[in-house]
Amino acid sequence: MNDSKIPAWVSIIVLPLINILFAFAFSAIIFLAVDVNPIEAAQTMINGAFGYQEGIGYTFYYATNFIFTGLAVAVAFSAGLFNIGGEGQAYIGGLGVGLVCLGLDHTLPFWALLPITMFASMAFGALWALIPAYLQAYRGSHIVITTIMFNFIASSLMVYLMVNVLNQKGQMAPVSRVFEDSAGLPGFHTIAGWFGYCFAESPMNLSFLIALLCCVLVWLLLWRTRWGYAIRAMGSSPSAAEYGGINRKRLIIIVMLISGALSGLLSLNEVQGYAQQLKLGFVAGYGFTGIAVCLIGRNHPFGIVLASILFGILYQGGAELSFDFPNIDREMIQVVQALVVLFSGALSLMLVKPTERLFVYLDEKKKSNNTSAAEA
Amino acid sequence: MKKILTTTAAAVSIALCSFVAQAADFKPAVAYDSTGKFDKSFGQAVAENGVIKFMEQSDTKVRELVPSSDAQREQGLERLARKGFSPILVVGFLYATPLQKIAAKYPDSQFVIIDAVVDLPNVKSILFKEHEGSFLVGAMAAMKSETNKVGFVGGMDISLIRKFACGYEQGAKYVNKDAEVFQNMTGSTNAAWSDPARGAELAKSQFSKGADVVFAAAGGTGVGVYQAAADEGKYAIGVDSNQNYIHPGVMLTSMVKRVGVATVDAFKAAEAGTFTAGIQSLGLKENGVDWALDEYNRDLVTPEMEGKIAGIKAKIISGEIKVHDYMIDNTCNY
Repeated sequence: MNDSKIPAWVSIIVLPLINILFAFAFSAIIFLAVDVNPIEAAQTMINGAFGYQEGIGYTFYYATNFIFTGLAVAVAFSAGLFNIGGEGQAYIGGLGVGLVCLGLDHTLPFWALLPITMFASMAFGALWALIPAYLQAYRGSHIVITTIMFNFIASSLMVYLMVNVLNQKGQMAPVSRVFEDSAGLPGFHTIAGWFGYCFAESPMNLSFLIALLCCVLVWLLLWRTRWGYAIRAMGSSPSAAEYGGINRKRLIIIVMLISGALSGLLSLNEVQGYAQQLKLGFVAGYGFTGIAVCLIGRNHPFGIVLASILFGILYQGGAELSFDFPNIDREMIQVVQALVVLFSGALSLMLVKPTERLFVYLDEKKKSNNTSAAEA
Repeated sequence: MKKILTTTAAAVSIALCSFVAQAADFKPAVAYDSTGKFDKSFGQAVAENGVIKFMEQSDTKVRELVPSSDAQREQGLERLARKGFSPILVVGFLYATPLQKIAAKYPDSQFVIIDAVVDLPNVKSILFKEHEGSFLVGAMAAMKSETNKVGFVGGMDISLIRKFACGYEQGAKYVNKDAEVFQNMTGSTNAAWSDPARGAELAKSQFSKGADVVFAAAGGTGVGVYQAAADEGKYAIGVDSNQNYIHPGVMLTSMVKRVGVATVDAFKAAEAGTFTAGIQSLGLKENGVDWALDEYNRDLVTPEMEGKIAGIKAKIISGEIKVHDYMIDNTCNY
């Protein structure tokens, strides 16, 4: 939107805020329809997300997942590739983390395990993205179709492994054994304890910091390296990029490997951080939500952090909301989330023109005021 | 001075970190599985035959919770416990890990878990011997079958459903050693519990191979299985709740799992102050599982069949027939 007539801060800050306001206004109508005071509901939501330490922990725990998958989508999207296989890549990444932890948790503490699990999650996630990438680059199969199909393959593979190989005898739930305590990533309350602070127990853990680090790395990659330039060039115009000497096929593979690796890192938070065991369905839609996060975050690592926190608030505050108001069930929370996605993602351009006009109007008024003041 | 300050700060922070568990008054709550309480199967059986019935009988409001993700399971349980709810009944084996943590943290609250074992002094674990009920309906299927071929359609391919399948197979083979049992699972994701179209496809493929009775242990997917049986003039067997009414004349019977009764009993015991922890395993003997006979399938069950089934049931109860439980060794060798 470089050619728009409005200043950059408006399109980066004001527009998303207006979009979200619209979403909440429509949510308010729904709340009114079920006899819930929307202002009370908003208070409960904000309080639930930021009002107490445990709530804050949960908000950032959810945000960690969204940062990873949001970044994964963003990297691929910068190259014009729509990777919607984050779900499966994260799932298989979790398998990598789980296998490492199950194999080595008796012998190594978490800080020695962490490099291995990080590598495993990234390698497994990247490998899961490699096949669709190869098919796109060399066979022309559309990446949207192949990545979404790989989500199903990942799901089936995990069920097979969890039910037949990794589960414990006599255990009803298809889950692996719980890792040794020493192998799990330290929770944020533990980390705070090291520095003499007190923080209530919550699932938020070290991987949040890893997620933030990944944001910086992705930013460096996309905007400060030759690869990043090539990626963005291919995203803007594949044919021009190829004419400019960029090896398109190789780049598709590289981009998808990075994207898959970022998705795979999600499992650090879920498997080694929170659950400390391998179980079915731990990705729980975070991969798909990553697409929305990336859209709302405007494809920029910093925007993705903000959008992830927004979704963290929606998840955690929403849970609080449905807990405190019997009239609001979890499907309605999903409606609120969907409205945010609709207004910030799908309809994000709807309000550009009106806002532009408003600013042009305000600008002219200011100018005319200035001239009239000068004349006087 | 500085030392005093730091010690006070430490003491305050410890006080802030700790929490006070409230004493156990009777404030019942129920936490459903993430499939919700309108899943036409397990959750609904707890809700309609358990929670609603208990609320009618005792005038006590039961707090309900439906989580939408795994993290919310633990979070919701913790919140219920912190607000002083007790007993808290949790539905489904996916709660086993979170309950392990929360029940240990709130030793004064009482918990009941259905379909899993949590070995703590304040948790009552209720299990159902699905293999016994499945054995009975398997035997019935084999008696009714004219082709000596019967089918099984499972939901998601997990141990619990294999337990159903294994019991069913044993029952069918007990009646007729040469009986063939076709088994299909609907899928490997949670969607497998609510895919009637695929259920119908699987049932039809089993019918085309010659099966004429099919048992569905597949949640909402079963509806499609029953429809396929009705369309092709075959027989079907329902699961969890009594589903005979869905297609009278087609539904041979239903393998009922009396979760509602167990729910009401658990709440009543807690209300009367006679809550006991430990494992409760409900089979045919305890009336926890059974086969359903009502006006909708009366005509399908001949008195001769009824007599035979009663005989088999008595033998299982007395221990003369041992039904192998898949979960014990994760195999179906019996």
